[in-house]
Amino acid sequence: MKLKVIASLCAALISSAAFAEITVSDPWVRATVPQQKATGAFMQITSPVDAKLVEVRSPAAKVVEVHEMVMEKDVMKMRAIPGLDLPAGKAVELKPGGYHVMLINLNAQVKEGDMVPLTVVVEGKDGKRESVEINAPVRPLNSAAGGMQMHKMH
Amino acid sequence: MPFHDSRHAGPARTHLSRTLFVLIVGLFLAIGLSACSKETISFRNTDITGANFGHDFSLLDPDGKTRTLEDFRGKVVMMFFGFTQCPDICPTALSRAAEVRRLLGVDADKLQVIFVSVDPERDLPGVLKAYTAAFDPDFLGLYTSLEDTRKVADEFRVFYRKVPTGGSYSMDHSATSYVFDPAGRLRLAVSYQSPAESVAADVSTLIQTASPRL
Repeated sequence: MKLKVIASLCAALISSAAFAEITVSDPWVRATVPQQKATGAFMQITSPVDAKLVEVRSPAAKVVEVHEMVMEKDVMKMRAIPGLDLPAGKAVELKPGGYHVMLINLNAQVKEGDMVPLTVVVEGKDGKRESVEINAPVRPLNSAAGGMQMHKMH
Repeated sequence: MPFHDSRHAGPARTHLSRTLFVLIVGLFLAIGLSACSKETISFRNTDITGANFGHDFSLLDPDGKTRTLEDFRGKVVMMFFGFTQCPDICPTALSRAAEVRRLLGVDADKLQVIFVSVDPERDLPGVLKAYTAAFDPDFLGLYTSLEDTRKVADEFRVFYRKVPTGGSYSMDHSATSYVFDPAGRLRLAVSYQSPAESVAADVSTLIQTASPRL
């Protein structure tokens, strides 16, 4: 029994070492008002090898999807995408105005200062999946301009 | 005898041509002046003055009160269509509107920002009120029945469509904001990309040019 536990711990350690190569930085979730059932999560993902973001999970919402926002003339369109390419070594940004993670059917209001746990699942070319656990801080609902300002500051 | 005729017709013709000349000069002056007065007002965003759409609306505020453009006479009105579950473009547009009010300084009260829901099924009055207040407590969220939402969107040439996603749905919708002058006339179409500074400059122009006329 003990051995088994140690073995699984070792396995966990080894796999987390492999996962550690994928970096998720600057994650954040937009706050909601009571009864608002959906919101967006944003972050930067870098994979050392060509890979694909295939799934994001969160206990905060019943449905989590990776979305692409596109503007066609002046019409905003949001679509769930099956995967988001992560070219080797390139930081792929999920930010307002582009890709984002959509948290749908929230279990509770997401308040500024909360931390939202997210599991980011990435699939390599060999079909192997790795996941990274992160905690995304909640930023105020009106962070859109903030996000843009930050972009300017870069 | 053409010569004879022309000699006789001479003075009459001169008179006629003089009248014509005065008329034409007058016309040019009138056109010139109106062109000049138009030119003094130039906008950074798209000038849609005289548009044959977007004349008025009749919508409900979160307290259930009917609101029309008339209620905001004397103020510049900036109107945006969206939905509260929008992760991206709506918070961006509303944050920009809040920034525009901040840039207006003492004139901030002369701008009324209106958020019209294209998703009245989910944007219940309480959500709408809390949502707009999160950006600026003076913003007003308006809504109506599903059927009348389509009518008001059509009146403003706003496109929207329900798109199913993950057992729920999202809304595709136009991201243009409209600006009315203090007399309630539709004046500007503002792109979602237009920076707050340029929107504030145009709103300021509308506030200033309206006051002497009113």
